[in-house]
Amino acid sequence: MPLIRDGRFVPDDWLRWPPDETAPASSKLIVPFDGLAEAADALAAAGHTLGAEISNDTDPASLVPWFGRLTLISVPFPKAADGRGFSIATRLRRLGYRGELRASGHLIADQYALARSCGFDTVEIPDALAIRQPEAHWLEAEHAMSLAYQRGYGALRNIISARWAAG
Amino acid sequence: MYRYDEFDEQFVRERVTQFRGQVERRLTGALNEDEFRPLRLMNGLYLQLHAYMLRVAIPYGTLSSKQMRQLAHIADVYDRGYGHFTTRQNIQYNWPKLKDVPDILNALADVEMHAIQTSGNCIRNVTADPYSGVAADEIADPRPTCELLRQWSSNHPEFSFLPRKFKIAVTGARADRAVIKFHDIGLRLAQDEGGRLGYEVWAGGGLGRTPMIGIKVRDFVPAIDLLRYVEAIMRVYNAEGRRDNKYKARIKILVHEKGGEEFRQAMEAEFALIPHDETAPVEKELRRIEAFFSPPAYEAVADESDLLTKSMRADPDFARWVRVNTRQHKAPGYAIAIVSLKPKGGAPGDATGDEMRALADAADQFSLSELRVSAEQNIVLPNVRKSELFALWQELRQAGLAIANAELITDVVACPGLDYCTLATARSIPIAQEITERFAEPALQEQIGSIRIKISGCINACGHHHVGDIGILGLEKTGAEAYQITLGGDPTESAAIGERSGPGFPADGVVDAIERLIHFYLGQRQDDESFKQTYLRLGHAVMKDALYAAH
Repeated sequence: MPLIRDGRFVPDDWLRWPPDETAPASSKLIVPFDGLAEAADALAAAGHTLGAEISNDTDPASLVPWFGRLTLISVPFPKAADGRGFSIATRLRRLGYRGELRASGHLIADQYALARSCGFDTVEIPDALAIRQPEAHWLEAEHAMSLAYQRGYGALRNIISARWAAG
Repeated sequence: MYRYDEFDEQFVRERVTQFRGQVERRLTGALNEDEFRPLRLMNGLYLQLHAYMLRVAIPYGTLSSKQMRQLAHIADVYDRGYGHFTTRQNIQYNWPKLKDVPDILNALADVEMHAIQTSGNCIRNVTADPYSGVAADEIADPRPTCELLRQWSSNHPEFSFLPRKFKIAVTGARADRAVIKFHDIGLRLAQDEGGRLGYEVWAGGGLGRTPMIGIKVRDFVPAIDLLRYVEAIMRVYNAEGRRDNKYKARIKILVHEKGGEEFRQAMEAEFALIPHDETAPVEKELRRIEAFFSPPAYEAVADESDLLTKSMRADPDFARWVRVNTRQHKAPGYAIAIVSLKPKGGAPGDATGDEMRALADAADQFSLSELRVSAEQNIVLPNVRKSELFALWQELRQAGLAIANAELITDVVACPGLDYCTLATARSIPIAQEITERFAEPALQEQIGSIRIKISGCINACGHHHVGDIGILGLEKTGAEAYQITLGGDPTESAAIGERSGPGFPADGVVDAIERLIHFYLGQRQDDESFKQTYLRLGHAVMKDALYAAH
C-alpha cells in the first residue's frame, strides 16, 4: 500500500505482522497491539524493530508503558468520515509519544493537513485510492490552507501567534 | 461588530479556493461522492429535493447593513430573489447552481461572511441570544465568546469528522433566548464570587428524534479556560460517541448512555490532561475580540419619548406594533425592535432581496447599521431610539414588514418541510400559512397572548416542535400527511419537552384542532395566565381532550 510522507509517495520499509517468509531476520515489524505483550520480547531478541497497530477504541493511555519500545504506532481509519484517529493521535502526542505516528486506511488527500496537525507523520492508503488521488493531490491539499486558528496543534502557521507578532 | 483582520480574510479566501479545487476533483472523479459529501457539507452545500441548497452562517446572529445588502444581492443574482432565515441564525438559498457556489462564497468573503461548517459532522455555526449586547437582563455580551469559538472551531484539525453534528449556543442573559439547554453544549455567562467572568456549562441537550434537556456539567469555568474545557468535551465525544448508528451518534446519547456523572468524570479527566496555554496570549486575544463589541455611543436621552406616546395615541396600529414587537433595551431612550418575517399567508423566515435591502436601509437609518437574526426566524433591529420608532414603523410598513405578531400565535416557526427538503415526510409551510390566516385578527392574537407554535416536517425536528407550547410534527401515514401534536414544550430557562397528545390529524384538520384548543384555553384561563401557565395548571390530559373535543 502506498505510503505518504511529507507530501511524497515513498517506499514503506515496515512490514505488517505476520511477516512472510522472505522477510529479513531483523526488520521493522508492525504488530497488533493486542498480541504485543506476548510477542515483544522474542521479536526484540530476534533483532526486529517494533511498531504497534492499535484499534479505534484502544485507550491511548494503555500505550504509555510501551512508548520507549515502539518506533511506530499505526492508527486505523476504517473510512474517511470516521475521525476517531485524529483524537487518538492528539492524545498520544499529549501523552508524550515521540515516535512515528501512522494513519492507515481510508484517509483522503483533503484530510492530510488535518492529520499532520494532529501529529501523524505518515499516511498509508489503499492502492485504488492512490490511483484516484495521486501524489500531486496530496502535495497540493497539504498546502491548501496555510493558516490555522487552533493552538497546540502542529504544522500550519498559527493565526493567534501571527496576530501578536504583527501587533 | 467583529471585523476580519488580514488573517481572517486570508483564511476564508483560502477556504473558497480549496473548495473550488474540491468541486473540480469531484467532477474528475478524484473524489468519489462519499468522500466529497462531507467536504461539500462543511462548506454549507446540501443536495435537496429539487436543487442544491446553500446554508450561509450568520455567526451569533449579528449582521451589518452592508452584509444584509450582500445577502440580498446573492438572492437576486444567484437565486430566485429570496432567502430563508433559519432557527439557528443561518440563511439558506434554495436554488443555487453548483458551478456558482464558489463565486457565491467569494461574494460572502467580500463582506466577511462564509458558509463554513453550517452543515456536516463538525462544530456548527455558534449561536447566541439575538438581543446580545442590548438586553436589559444581560450579565455580559456573549458574542465575544461566540467569535472566539467560531475561530477556534474553524477547520479544526481534530474535530472536523465527528460522529455527528455539534451545536453550541451562548447566552449572557438571565432569560434564555438562545435555547442553550437543547444544544450539544450550552454556555451561560456567569460570575464567580470574586466577580471573575466565566461560564455555566451545559452539555448533552438536543432535539431531533430523541429530544433531551442538557445536563449542567460545571457551575463555573473561568473565561480563560473555556477553549480547553470545550476541547475536553469534544475529545471525549469524538473518541466515544457512537458511530454505529447515526440516530444514536449525537453527544446527548453518549451522555445519556454513560450517565451524567460518568460523563462528567471522563470530561474532567480529559480537561486535566490538556496543557495550560500561556495565559497572557489567551487573555490578550479575548480582550482583542471584546473590543469589537464594546457598546456604541448611545445618546444620553430621556427614557420616555413624548413623540412615541403621542404617535401611539394617534395611531392604534402603531401602538399595537410597539406593544407587540418592541423589547426593553439596556440604554435609556432606546428600544429593541423585532421585524417579523411571518406575514399572513407567508412562508416563515423567508425574505425577498427587496425586503432584505429595506431592512438594511432601516438599520442604517434607525439602528446604528446593525441587525440580528433570531431563533424565531425574525429580524431584530437592536438599537432604535424610542423617538424614532414611529418613523421606523412607517418605513417598515412601506416595505410590508410592519407585522405586529412577535411571539404571538401567528409568529410560527417552521422548517422548509416537504416543499424543499429530502428528509421531510410532510409539508410544514402550508400549515404555518393556514395558522397565520386563521388567527389573522390582530385583536384576537393579542388576546391569546404569547404562545409558541413550532412545526417540523419530519422527526428530525428542524422546526423545534418539541419546544413549542404547541408543537406540530408532520408525518406520512399510509400515503397521506398526518400531523401529531405535542403540548407544553419550552425552549427557555424553564426548559421542557412537549408531551405527545393522541393520534395525528389530517392536513385539513390540524388547524381546526388548534383553534379548538385555543378557544378552550381562552375560556379556561384565569386573569392574564399565559398558555403555558394554563397548561400547567389544568394538566396535559385536560388540554389534550380539548384538542380532540369534536372527534
